[in-house]
Amino acid sequence: MTAAVISASSPLALRLRDALAVTVLGGLLALPFIGLVTVEEGGALTVRTRWGAWGATLAALFFGRLLLRAALDAWRSRRPARKRAVFSSGDAVLRRAAGTSLLAAALLLPVFFADNRYVIDTATTLGIYVMLGWGLNVVVGLAGLLDLGYVAFYAVGAYTYALLSTQFGWSFWEALPAAGALAALFGILLGYPVLRLRGDYLAIVTLGFGEIIRIVLLNWTSFSGGPNGIGGIPRPSFFGLAFARSAEGRTFHEFFGLEFSPMHRFIFLYYLIVVLALLTHALISRLRVLPTGRAWEALREDEIACKALGLNTTTVKLSAFATGAMLAGFAGVFFAARQGFISPESFTFSESATILAIVVLGGMGSQLGVVLAAAVLVVLPELGRQFADYRMLVFGAAMVTIMAVKPTGLLARREPTVRLNPERSAAP
Amino acid sequence: MTPLLTVDRLVMRFGGITAIDGLSLQVPRGAITAVIGPNGAGKTTLFNCLTGFYRPSAGRILLHEDDGSERDLTRLKGHRIAREARIVRTFQNIRLFGGMTVLENLLVAQHHALAQASRFALAGLLHTPGYRRAEREALEFARRWLAELGLTAVADTPAGALPYGTQRRVEIARALCARPRLLCLDEPAAGLNPRESAELNVLLTALRDEHGLTLLFIEHDMSVVMNVSDHVVVMNFGRKIAEGPPEAMRRDPEVIRAYLGEEDEEAADA
Repeated sequence: MTAAVISASSPLALRLRDALAVTVLGGLLALPFIGLVTVEEGGALTVRTRWGAWGATLAALFFGRLLLRAALDAWRSRRPARKRAVFSSGDAVLRRAAGTSLLAAALLLPVFFADNRYVIDTATTLGIYVMLGWGLNVVVGLAGLLDLGYVAFYAVGAYTYALLSTQFGWSFWEALPAAGALAALFGILLGYPVLRLRGDYLAIVTLGFGEIIRIVLLNWTSFSGGPNGIGGIPRPSFFGLAFARSAEGRTFHEFFGLEFSPMHRFIFLYYLIVVLALLTHALISRLRVLPTGRAWEALREDEIACKALGLNTTTVKLSAFATGAMLAGFAGVFFAARQGFISPESFTFSESATILAIVVLGGMGSQLGVVLAAAVLVVLPELGRQFADYRMLVFGAAMVTIMAVKPTGLLARREPTVRLNPERSAAP
Repeated sequence: MTPLLTVDRLVMRFGGITAIDGLSLQVPRGAITAVIGPNGAGKTTLFNCLTGFYRPSAGRILLHEDDGSERDLTRLKGHRIAREARIVRTFQNIRLFGGMTVLENLLVAQHHALAQASRFALAGLLHTPGYRRAEREALEFARRWLAELGLTAVADTPAGALPYGTQRRVEIARALCARPRLLCLDEPAAGLNPRESAELNVLLTALRDEHGLTLLFIEHDMSVVMNVSDHVVVMNFGRKIAEGPPEAMRRDPEVIRAYLGEEDEEAADA
């Protein structure tokens, strides 16, 4: 009886105390920020107090905290009902449905926004990040190798295309495999010295590798143009048809008898990245259920056990690095072709961090999760534009919230690569 | 009958510590050999040397092939011992691929055959008949061992979510899927309840009698050692102090001294 009374009343008391503590702390912080304001008066700055605004902040803090606490408690009490550990294939059905509708949305997007360059451009950027996220997912999500210098391979791909096209006149489609191969080679080059490293140590070395590539590109002016970058990179053509008002050969709009519109090129670029991303997705989904992919996951789970079972961990690691790097190389070629200009500015550490954030936020190893996380990371800052100065603040808050609510990522559940009893596990 | 494996004056030093000090022993073919000894006697170090995790400071480990030739394992790289010498081990603290299902664990153990069939993933990506056949065979092989070890019902469960005793069996099943000639088990009965431990006895005997495997295991649980082993090697301070059939070991004064300490020593301590 008494226990019931205590358990019924104490959460409220606890919440009140908690809210009061937050209010006191917040009030202290808000005093200089909100309670005081500087005004220009007769050429001099004077400080005015704003007790009203400060009071409102205190009230908002108190009741806001109270509500948040209540919501969190309610959410937590509901949580154990959701069980993990056992794979249900009902989940897989849902996932497939989500994947299919996302794909349909991706394919139909230009139909609805054919004359909205902003939407198409943002969607193209999203496509690049999805592709990069999927590539890094091989290294970090599947093989469990924390790579903080992933942007280096992106840069290798971009500069390969930029140099091959401006110096030797290679076309986009010729340079694409070459850049992928070169990036994969760099992946192996990075992978070799770090074979024995894991976790934090690996992260530090890969971080250094990323910086080395960027700094070399920045300083080797005769090779890469240094900080001036490389401009005038040819845009990809539609099987030889240029996207221009007039060109030497036939142009896209002439061939199809359309009115010239600059949007054609943006829509073409958008579909190009969608196709590249879909190929990436197909490759990774297939690799995952092959011995290669299972070996990557086994390596993430236990390297020593891998050795004891006769897996050559060197090849397993290098293949993961090479595959991830190759995909980044492809994305880099596309990036260079789309921008028409690249410089080391585009390949800073913050780019690596964004891609890693996409993988972690999406749930390590989850393909669909990467798409959702990339959408959050690309679209959220765009939506946040109306908040002007608070844009990055909103962005940061959203990321913290996601990680607090779902620490293992948006979609952390792993789908087995093979089932012994597919028909039986279909039952709940 | 020729032994399967001969350890010849093996020495393993870590800095100033000599963990194995001139150990020589033979593992008889098609039999169950137990390695026992007090904690720190060097049993797990011996296993690590046998399976290529450590490179011995001196001595040789000879594998006697079926055609009579010999092969020195100390020169072989770790993963090639499992692959070519077909010596596969389990671990004292279970090392499963916890996030992956039991069946996936068993398929990783067959990685080499599958990877060869997939030809650098190319045949696998193209889904060629050759690769499909290899995959089917691997699944069938895994299914057989799952049934044999009573794991069929949990095949699609993540290995890390299973109870301890079941995880031990999964680890043995996984090792078996690597098609070993010599199976090394590091304390297979540790943490098992009496019923599971009795089941383990049955399993080990069946592996020897029905599958013709050679087994080498480290164990502290004397009920398992006495019941299943054909041959017992007793180690202490990195040396072999006795060797023979289990019954004889039970009465061996050296062995009793190693486990219980010397009488006069204890008197002196007191």
